[in-house]
Amino acid sequence: MSFLVLDGLRKTYGDGTPAVRGIDLSIEEGELIVLLGPSGCGKTTTLRMIAGLELPTGGLIRLGRTDVTSLRPSQRDVGMVFQFYALYPHLTVRENIAFPLRAARVSPSEIRSRVDGVAARMDLGKLLSSYPKELSGGDQQKVSLARAIVRRPAVYLMDEPLGTLDADQRLAMRELIRAEQIASKVTTIYVTHDQEEAMSLADRIVVMEGGRIRQAGTPADVYDAPADLFVAAFVGSPGMNFIPGQVADRSGKAMFVSDAGQIPIDVPPVARCGRATLGIRCEHIHEGADGPLFGRVVTEEYVGNASHVHVQTPAGRVIMRAANGSARARGSELRLRLDPAQISVFDAATEKRL
Amino acid sequence: MRSGALAGASGAADDGTGASSAAAFASVAAPFLGVRGLSKRLGRTQALLDISLEAHADELLVVLGPTGAGKTTLMRTIAGLERPDAGSIAMAGQDVTSMDPAERDVALVFQNFSLYPRWTVRRNLEFPLRAPGRRVSEKEIQRRVGWAAELLKISRLLDREASRLSGGEMQRVAIGRAIVRRPRLFLMDEPLTNLDAKLREALRVELVELRRDLKTPMVFVTHDQAEALSMADRIVVLSEGRILQTGTPREVYERPHSPVVALQLGQPAINLLRVRRSEGQWVASEGTPLMAAESAGPSERLLGIRPEDIALARPEAQGDAAGPSGAVVEIVEYIGPTTTLLCTWAGAPVHIVVPRRGTIRPGDRVFPRIDAARAVLFGVDSEPVRRPSRGLPRLPSSLASFPAPPSKGGSV
Repeated sequence: MSFLVLDGLRKTYGDGTPAVRGIDLSIEEGELIVLLGPSGCGKTTTLRMIAGLELPTGGLIRLGRTDVTSLRPSQRDVGMVFQFYALYPHLTVRENIAFPLRAARVSPSEIRSRVDGVAARMDLGKLLSSYPKELSGGDQQKVSLARAIVRRPAVYLMDEPLGTLDADQRLAMRELIRAEQIASKVTTIYVTHDQEEAMSLADRIVVMEGGRIRQAGTPADVYDAPADLFVAAFVGSPGMNFIPGQVADRSGKAMFVSDAGQIPIDVPPVARCGRATLGIRCEHIHEGADGPLFGRVVTEEYVGNASHVHVQTPAGRVIMRAANGSARARGSELRLRLDPAQISVFDAATEKRL
Repeated sequence: MRSGALAGASGAADDGTGASSAAAFASVAAPFLGVRGLSKRLGRTQALLDISLEAHADELLVVLGPTGAGKTTLMRTIAGLERPDAGSIAMAGQDVTSMDPAERDVALVFQNFSLYPRWTVRRNLEFPLRAPGRRVSEKEIQRRVGWAAELLKISRLLDREASRLSGGEMQRVAIGRAIVRRPRLFLMDEPLTNLDAKLREALRVELVELRRDLKTPMVFVTHDQAEALSMADRIVVLSEGRILQTGTPREVYERPHSPVVALQLGQPAINLLRVRRSEGQWVASEGTPLMAAESAGPSERLLGIRPEDIALARPEAQGDAAGPSGAVVEIVEYIGPTTTLLCTWAGAPVHIVVPRRGTIRPGDRVFPRIDAARAVLFGVDSEPVRRPSRGLPRLPSSLASFPAPPSKGGSV
């Protein structure tokens, strides 16, 4: 039996706006689940329903053996983390971490043991009597995380907690969260619109759009085998390249026929006719004299450890990830080879993976 | 008011020759924009100190710096919205230091979209062309609005009210409003910052290509290193009102002049390790040899190595006396084409970016090897005390009881 179950969860607001249109999800104890999607996809509403801050208009939420669907927030053993804040400068590390427990009127002996527990796990033991100004920036972040999670509920619910931080801080905090979650094994549901954050944190990513789940799977599943065009475009930076065309059967072998050339593909015989979209990630496109695609370099984006080369082909623009130090002149012509094992094919009408 | 400032900056008389004059500048070798020795105090802060930079006639110059570096002050000074305390600004060979914003004929786009929310997109786009003193014929206005809308893919939105647009659409309209006038210079102050990641990615390329088609110089300000690297012809790294380094993205990324510059570019950030020379090797403070050292020069250095310039040797290389010593993997981040490892190596946390592989787990022992040709050595006295970042946000007073539950006594 799963630890946390969402069964046909729905939310329609009073004005008739549907925010969540039926979510089914089973979460195992200790998993870190990321709800990923653009603004308005229903991810935050889903999280708030799990927290009890919104009441569903349909469906069930079960936590452990308890149906918590209509329980008040205080009756569910969940902890919501909105943001990681600066420490109180006039309080020691111990007092800072203890602060939320004190606010919740936990007994002093219980406070002591909980603070000692989280400090030991996060390697903060030696710093407990220090003041924030005596800590490095990294240790301050650690203490801020310790304070946010010291309450140790059955489930942490995190709503874009890194949204307001600078890029370098975001990265450091992300690593802290991951390390702490692995150590504590507390089931965590984390909401973000940032696909890189999702990829780096999640045991499983749940991609949402329009109030529905588009795909739930490991980061590798979602990245390598996206269920539909939306997921393929949303996950990855840049998103997957798409080439429109037709799937045809050429003497028993499947062939993708596009304005830019013909590409052998591997799809089951039943799917070997009709309009389709070929998808391929930028790192699986290579320059190759015998490649099936032809194009011209329009723009090159330097990204530090590689370059993204934008190539205009007769079937549209594709982006190729090229190794460092291989600058190409704008306007130069090249042929492109696609890694056959890495090609995805989507039905043009349903937008689903074939 | 921001929109007022924009209108002011865009109020120059337009004789309809913007495009041809921009093309003429492109053929002149001298830089279009020349800033010399610019200084500006704001209250007690030295916002800009002795800034000199050039933007060529067909160039996208990115000014990169953290919050508070002086980026916005620099843009406002170039636009003529601020007067410098010292220094000069020239455009197309002419000194404009004492000219008012309208005379400079530059267009400024801000992070906040500054559109008139109740107006249609069309009316917002027409606005700079209908400014008092401008004599643009009705036919020409419609032609220019149509052209800008087409270019920015907002033609289907022309009759929609601005308040009903998405963030990305609004910023497209704001950019459209800057280009309809065909100004001599674009000044963009973090125009993509408020947009979500996916949209930023797309607009980044669109802006680069749009500017290239218009052949108009652009100064683009950002705190986002990825934006700077991918968009810039050249980057100016600004910190606390001073220029630290100017160069192509590749130069600044691969050959930073100081650790502060090195830390501003690249994510995850460059690894900085204190090393000393010992028996022909650079050795970490706890004794691990990291790479071969030249025989002359200072005996202590700060070694900078980008995460992607550390490779993982095969474990069997372990026996080799001069080979790499082991590191312990703490965290594995799987991010698309690459995998980022946070390791403990030579007593320090070290990031390593390797081509994607699914076989490394936390707790594994790996054998890093530095690509010595790509390492940078800095003086030990240049070690930054603190990374250039803002710190955690202050706890708002309204949440003083954080994270006490919204409903009293609850656990949420």
